[in-house]
Amino acid sequence: MSNGNGSTMVEKILASGAGVKKAVPGDLVNVQVDLALGNDITAPVAIKEFQRFGLDRVFDPEKIVLVPDHFTPNKDIAAAEQAMVLRRFAEKYGIRHYYEVGRMGIEHALLPEQGLVRPGTVIIGADSHTCTYGALGAFATGVGSTDLAAAMAIGEAWFKVPVTIRFEYDGTLPDWVSGKDLILATIGRIGVDGARYRAMEFAGPVIEKLSMDGRLTMCNMAIEAGGKCGYVQPDQITFAYLEGRVTEPYTAVYSDDDAVYEEVISFDVSMMEPQIAFPPSPDNVRSVSEAAGIKLDQVVIGSCTNGRIEDLRVAAKILKGQKVHPRVRLLVIPATQQIYSQALEEGLLSVFVEAEAAVSTPTCGPCLGGHMGILAGGEKALATTNRNFIGRMGHPESEVYLSSPAVAAASAVAGTIVHPEEVI
Amino acid sequence: MILEGKVWIFGDNIDTDAIIAARYLSTTDPEELAAHLMEDIRPDFPKLVGRGDILVAGSNFGCGSSREHAPLAIKGAGIACVVARSFARIFYRNAINIGLPILECEEDLTGLASGEDHLRIDLERGAITHLQSGREYRASPFPPFMREIISRGGLVGYVQARLNKQ
Ligand code: SF4
Repeated sequence: MSNGNGSTMVEKILASGAGVKKAVPGDLVNVQVDLALGNDITAPVAIKEFQRFGLDRVFDPEKIVLVPDHFTPNKDIAAAEQAMVLRRFAEKYGIRHYYEVGRMGIEHALLPEQGLVRPGTVIIGADSHTCTYGALGAFATGVGSTDLAAAMAIGEAWFKVPVTIRFEYDGTLPDWVSGKDLILATIGRIGVDGARYRAMEFAGPVIEKLSMDGRLTMCNMAIEAGGKCGYVQPDQITFAYLEGRVTEPYTAVYSDDDAVYEEVISFDVSMMEPQIAFPPSPDNVRSVSEAAGIKLDQVVIGSCTNGRIEDLRVAAKILKGQKVHPRVRLLVIPATQQIYSQALEEGLLSVFVEAEAAVSTPTCGPCLGGHMGILAGGEKALATTNRNFIGRMGHPESEVYLSSPAVAAASAVAGTIVHPEEVI
Repeated sequence: MILEGKVWIFGDNIDTDAIIAARYLSTTDPEELAAHLMEDIRPDFPKLVGRGDILVAGSNFGCGSSREHAPLAIKGAGIACVVARSFARIFYRNAINIGLPILECEEDLTGLASGEDHLRIDLERGAITHLQSGREYRASPFPPFMREIISRGGLVGYVQARLNKQ
């Protein structure tokens, strides 16, 4: 790969969104957004700001997405009031992409699934994990509530064009090693600010074979390395996923062969073990063997990182015919209603229930210590989520370890953190 | 836009908790927040800082949470501009969006005398001049639309002006 005059995928998408020929890192550009997203925590603040404009319309009711997913089904009166702000706003301004409980899902699993994410588009969300959609070749990033308010009014957002780091994964993925392990290993290598301001391009033979669910997991956690966005360039796996979901036209965008990267970081994955992020930081990453024997009180399989169908399939494969360890509470939370229904049809939910797991309707719930599985002081949890900061899942003296769904399911059976091979 | 003021120096990795501690987040009033600005790392700072002063810091200023309260507290204290070697991404956005000018300058200015040295900042040219010595430092200049956001007092004012024009 040469470093020349070419552009990366992100530079091209931002240039076209801003209506300029070329955008280079450091440029500040004002771009048209194709989608603007808010949830039950951030949208009420944005809606309050939006009301200051005194508008009787939004810039485009088809391009705004509102998802009450964090504290829903409403956990208390305050949550109910917040969710009501979204619902009323959606009704008043004719927002079609408002997803009510029973039809909704965690935003970052829901938008790709519903065909709202298209390659080559610009997506902003008042939620830091908006970077997930880069898995489909979009430029997607988290912003503040004021940004969302402005985008709802005029359909634009400003950006500083980021430099790009290319991450290349070579070798063969060992059994039980997944996209989650790749991204944890990556964050462990570069640190929580290793990609600050930067775009993260995931590439190489391993990524070319990685499933869409695995790619979504990787891009989801770009923010845990401080990244502005993460992405995989569109390919056959992308187009197969989009088939039947996306109805609107799109143009896939690719990095040039002579694109300029700040750095290329390579991994050989052939000897990689499943990875665990120890508390209290997602870059505190070690191999599963170094976590052996850590006793667990709770295991959570779900979230925008790992609550997709492939994640549930892997968990069910391990849990089939097994029982959750008597000391452990296992929570399984399909990320969207569609995934829930698919898991039901495939018999996965009965595997979970028979293993004595609690299966929940889609919600962020315990991921941010909201509800549905809060930890007590001194408790330890293993979760397939993305953050393990102090107090993230409850009491400030509780601890959260992060892993793949395979390790989480196996550890729920063992009662301690184990490699899936030890249980199957 | 030209700004001129006395500098206050801070180091690397000043996080949003240091800028404004979580216990004060129950208000969004800039002046109430300003009364606790940098309180945990420099308790006398709210009393020392004055209108038009310039905050100078090292790298990764504003890392941590995405709270908009952090730039609000700085703005509420009357600080005219923040100059740092680098900013955490969401802090950078939030600062611009609430109308707080911030500049990235690769050169290290943290050796200046806190509370004594004065800088003149030209946002359009991205030029920073040390008034006592006349020495000039280069920063990335603001493009026109960002200057407009700042001059409108933030993104809401900017959008309002755009809407009025239509
Ligand atoms: S699942 Fe967790 S990380 Fe994802 S959007 Fe919800 S709270 Fe945020």
